[in-house]
Amino acid sequence: MSIWVLRGLRDGVATTRWPHRPDTYADAWRGPATVRARAAGVTGVSGLCPSGAIEERDGLARVDQGKCILCGRCVTERPDVFMWSAGATGRHAAAVTRQALVVPETPETDQAIAAARTALAARTAALRRSVHIRHVDAGSDGSEEWEIQALLGPVYDIHRLGIFITASPRHADVLLVTGCGTPGMTGPLRTTYDGMPDPKVVIAVGTDAASGGLLGDRLGGVPSGVPVDVWVPGSPPSPFAILNALLIATGKLGTQKGLGK
Amino acid sequence: MTITGTETSVAALWGALDSRIAGGGRFAGLSAAQRKGALTLSVHVDVPDGVDTLETVLPARALGYPALTPRLGAAFWYERVIHDQTGIVPEGRIRLAPLIRAGNPHDHALPRHVSGYGLFTIPHGPVRSGVFESMEYLVETPGEAIPHLNMRIFYKHRGIAGRFTGMPPADGVLLAERTEGIASVAHALAFCHAIEAIAGCQVPAEAALVRVIHAELERIANHLDVAMRLADAAGLAVATARFALHKERVMRVVSALCGSRFGRGVVVPGGISALPREHPAALLPELRKLEKQVTSDAAVLMGTSSFLDRLRGTGPLTADRAREHGALGPIGKASGCSDDSRRTRPYDAYPLLDIQPAPEHRDGDAQARLRVRINETAQAFRLIQEAAGELPGQLSPASPVLRSLPDGRAVGWAEAPQGEVIYDVTIEAGQIACCQPRSASFHNLVLMHEVFAGDILTDFPFIEASFGLSVAGAAL
Repeated sequence: MSIWVLRGLRDGVATTRWPHRPDTYADAWRGPATVRARAAGVTGVSGLCPSGAIEERDGLARVDQGKCILCGRCVTERPDVFMWSAGATGRHAAAVTRQALVVPETPETDQAIAAARTALAARTAALRRSVHIRHVDAGSDGSEEWEIQALLGPVYDIHRLGIFITASPRHADVLLVTGCGTPGMTGPLRTTYDGMPDPKVVIAVGTDAASGGLLGDRLGGVPSGVPVDVWVPGSPPSPFAILNALLIATGKLGTQKGLGK
Repeated sequence: MTITGTETSVAALWGALDSRIAGGGRFAGLSAAQRKGALTLSVHVDVPDGVDTLETVLPARALGYPALTPRLGAAFWYERVIHDQTGIVPEGRIRLAPLIRAGNPHDHALPRHVSGYGLFTIPHGPVRSGVFESMEYLVETPGEAIPHLNMRIFYKHRGIAGRFTGMPPADGVLLAERTEGIASVAHALAFCHAIEAIAGCQVPAEAALVRVIHAELERIANHLDVAMRLADAAGLAVATARFALHKERVMRVVSALCGSRFGRGVVVPGGISALPREHPAALLPELRKLEKQVTSDAAVLMGTSSFLDRLRGTGPLTADRAREHGALGPIGKASGCSDDSRRTRPYDAYPLLDIQPAPEHRDGDAQARLRVRINETAQAFRLIQEAAGELPGQLSPASPVLRSLPDGRAVGWAEAPQGEVIYDVTIEAGQIACCQPRSASFHNLVLMHEVFAGDILTDFPFIEASFGLSVAGAAL
């Protein structure tokens, strides 16, 4: 057994310093497609997207990042209009209203976002330094589970931030939902949600959970009976993006309060 | 890649299948689909140089057909899926509980298959403790032993096969990547091989090498994931963290090459979508370092007696049963079925590379399966080096060679980390008219029924982890 103790020390600290310090891997992350500033007079782009994320109106293009599966077709075909968003962390990498995933944002959504943020912060103020997560797969492709699992590994290590995965919904503060919302999981998901004590937060992890992704014509992501508070786009999202959403949901991002050292 | 036989009746189809198997073929799947207005049964058989497809048209308004399962147990789940999808009854002694079609959500009665004093059923899932994909195990037990295990995977059924219909192939490959997310590259490859067979095009040499590099990186990540889960089940905290760290590094190499941590968006019909962001040769020093660490940690893991005690003799799959079922991937290789489509039916750049057959394993237990994975990981590192060495220093711009796509039907295959993936694709007017994916997870998962001989509840996480399958790929 002692050989493992030595091995644990072998390569030094592998854990990221984020959110206390910037992380180059998180910042270099290639996020969902977005629209270039000053792209006007745009035509013929609405049919580009295989999952129907692009809307074209009055010569302006808008991307619903909640539908973007990061295939990059729009960026390749029309680099004058579309580009990749950069970075897996920060306020733009997760949305507190579904409408906020549609970029570029409109002034109305700005107000709605501010209101949603305030309401969420008030609700989660009691969670403070100990947050317990329950994960439910509602029909994912399996990749989101890998990325959530990675959060428990040495590189992301959410335990250092006081965040833990729990086996029981009774102990959970946050519900992470992945997958496109299959009929078979609607009931079990709802039962899990109902089993959680208040205050509770629901995070839709990934494009599949936000809209159903490529299966969006028949499955719509997290079913309406489970109210989502934070949306993380990505197919799948980076572990940093999921961690970022967890910190946003529990009011720990932006303020250093509650993060410990 | 041919449709090799159309039989006049179901009985004749089973007869033709029997003779293929007697001739050394391996049952690789059974599906039903509407083709030219008639419901058609298709059987896939792996033969040394390809995948044969045999089929027969069911009579109009047929309500049933003589089942294959009583003759060939491996067809059990395939026939249940056919029953779920079409309502047509495979007639014979076969239990037709819903497999992919959700039952009544208010139906809480737990089916019981064994009876006796003190027996009860533990419903485990679909929401499970920890981070798992949703499925339900119904564990029938008197307390310790597991005389019977039942699995329900319909919770995750997404209707993938139906979604393919009407898609252009360029969109189809994106859906194939999301059929089984942890084997994205292999699914994309199998799908594209079918499309390329229909179009009759040859992938450029450089693209074929890049494909191999991504496929092998995916294999390493998957095998490290299994090692991590096994170490976690044994409570070896440092080993768990070490293998999680190695896996993360592999995924970062993948994202350095293509921007996605799962190699998505790389494989497209006719080649690859774009040049790697970095020349693969530039990542070799990092991979060599990683290989050294993985090899060293794996050697220590396989020398940790408290770990091996939990794996040795756990979840044994006999060689006879594995051959009969046609067990795929590491599960098959640990039980004497050494077939590997990279070697026997090579594709892309594999014919150029040196793939040794896996060392013979016949124990079929969790330990043998882990040994197979460790061997495959070492081989994958070597294949990546070879492939990166074959690439010219200056890569020519990637341009998929698919120009026109005639109507047609073909079967494509690729060796995923879980075993062989098969796509049966039909193209009409440039669009997908029918696409039947068959993942190794689906084919192998049913074997969980058979490996609990003498094992007890605490062996469960080891057996599950040693299978290393994805529910998404099984439930589709």
